Amino acid sequence: MAAKTKRVASNPVRKPVVVVENAHVIYKVFGTGRKVTGNLAKGGLFTKKIRVREVHAVKGVSFTIYEGESVGIIGSNGSGKSSLMRAVAGLTPLAEGAVYAFARPSLLGVGAVLLPALSGERNIILGGLAMGFSKKEIQEKADDITKFAGIEEFIDLPMRTYSSGMSARLRFAIAASRNHDILIIDEALAVGDQEFREKSEARMREMRDQAGTVFLVSHSMKSILDTCNRVIWIEKGVLKMDGDPKTVTNAYNDYIGSTTID
Amino acid sequence: MDLAKYAAENGLKRVGARPPFFAYIREAWGRRDFAWTLSSFTNKAANARNRLGRWWMVLTPAMQGLMYGLIFGVILGSKNRPEHFIEYLFCGVFLFSFMQGAFTTGATSVTGNAGLVKSLSFPRVLLPVSATIQQFINLVPQLGLLLFTVLVMGNPITVEWLLFIPAMILMVLFGAGSSMIAARLTVQFSDLNKIIPFAFRIIFYSSGIFYSLESILKHHQTIAAILKFNPFAAYINLVRGLLIPGREATPELWLICAAWGVLLPVVSVLLFWKVEERHGRED
Repeated sequence: MAAKTKRVASNPVRKPVVVVENAHVIYKVFGTGRKVTGNLAKGGLFTKKIRVREVHAVKGVSFTIYEGESVGIIGSNGSGKSSLMRAVAGLTPLAEGAVYAFARPSLLGVGAVLLPALSGERNIILGGLAMGFSKKEIQEKADDITKFAGIEEFIDLPMRTYSSGMSARLRFAIAASRNHDILIIDEALAVGDQEFREKSEARMREMRDQAGTVFLVSHSMKSILDTCNRVIWIEKGVLKMDGDPKTVTNAYNDYIGSTTID
Repeated sequence: MDLAKYAAENGLKRVGARPPFFAYIREAWGRRDFAWTLSSFTNKAANARNRLGRWWMVLTPAMQGLMYGLIFGVILGSKNRPEHFIEYLFCGVFLFSFMQGAFTTGATSVTGNAGLVKSLSFPRVLLPVSATIQQFINLVPQLGLLLFTVLVMGNPITVEWLLFIPAMILMVLFGAGSSMIAARLTVQFSDLNKIIPFAFRIIFYSSGIFYSLESILKHHQTIAAILKFNPFAAYINLVRGLLIPGREATPELWLICAAWGVLLPVVSVLLFWKVEERHGRED
């Protein structure tokens, strides 16, 4: 592991776009129910510290990503992949270490519905304005976004009525309407159907070729192999392996005791 | 091997670091369309399910005004009832509901828009600003109703009505400031959301919405002197002074309103920017 980081850091020719240095993510969670470990300190109203548990989700991960790389992030559920990506996007504070990037990474994650009460069309406009488009630009793009997401029939309905697949498609289409310098896709495509997955993977490759950097968190080894030229494997908050997609995914499959791809 | 130095040499910046103040303001200004669109869409969605739709924007405050008028002006004795009671009362209820709304929706503007905050990066200050705009859009038809009532009650249109516009600008600035400070405070103390309703009840009853503060506090000069600086009462009395005959928008009132309307937004935007890195992050 250490040898790997040294190799990439000493490479003088390629231009780095993201540098993650010794990243630690620690969550303080107000737990409820049965305690697992530790003592519950008792205190008064203002010194109350009961039931705060610390979860050390990412434990000192370092890597350097270079221009034109698209990086797959793999690992079992709860291994810290999403925490790491949220930290890279600047949405979760680091307990220790730092993330450096040449542009602010945009994260496309699961679950984040923009504004459930508003129609798909209004969400497109708001999303576009928040990303920095002018009103005119986003109105021109709105039709293309709708078409890409494949929800022309339902674009006037509130987003709360959408299925999880539909809203995931719309969110991806909004995010993909702009060329991001650094885009992180966190399992956001897992709920999409086969056709949409192919379409979005093509769009990700296109973004990567336009000198953008794409991170893809996925449990689908096929998606990872199809779109990424580098794979990072995170296990229990630690970087387990970093390198060529074939090698890393094979090692991961051996580790989880499965030989199936996808 | 120093990665921080290596990153700096290659022109990389630390992610999540808050931008310098003026760059932040510039970015927020560049995306003002977003704040405006967000508030108008939210407003439309809020009333979309009701049959009377946007009529509720006028009906709710009118009913509220009449209810307070009935209880405090008619049922519970009319000794302290100021002259031109209906105009007096509507002015108080409508403007107060704007200022209360700006603070209350501001308090939840960041936490309540988690979906937006989690998926897109934009200056978060736009959210409380948008909450204020949303409240102002609500206020506009009420102001129409207020001016209409003033005319219907047989009061003349005077040159002073022109000053209504700067008074509104100062009040909206004050609203934006309190909205930002509310958002800033709830980041740190989420318990605040439980206290806000009580705080506003107290302010409501002590701001002279349906009675005249001056006549009640005739014999308590110290309390009256302190309560003069209450911005809620000051804005309401300023507008009353402009619209209702026999009442005056004194230079003192203008001064208090101007001070609140300029200082509060400046202070609160600074405070808000200071915790920008923490907004929308889950702990």
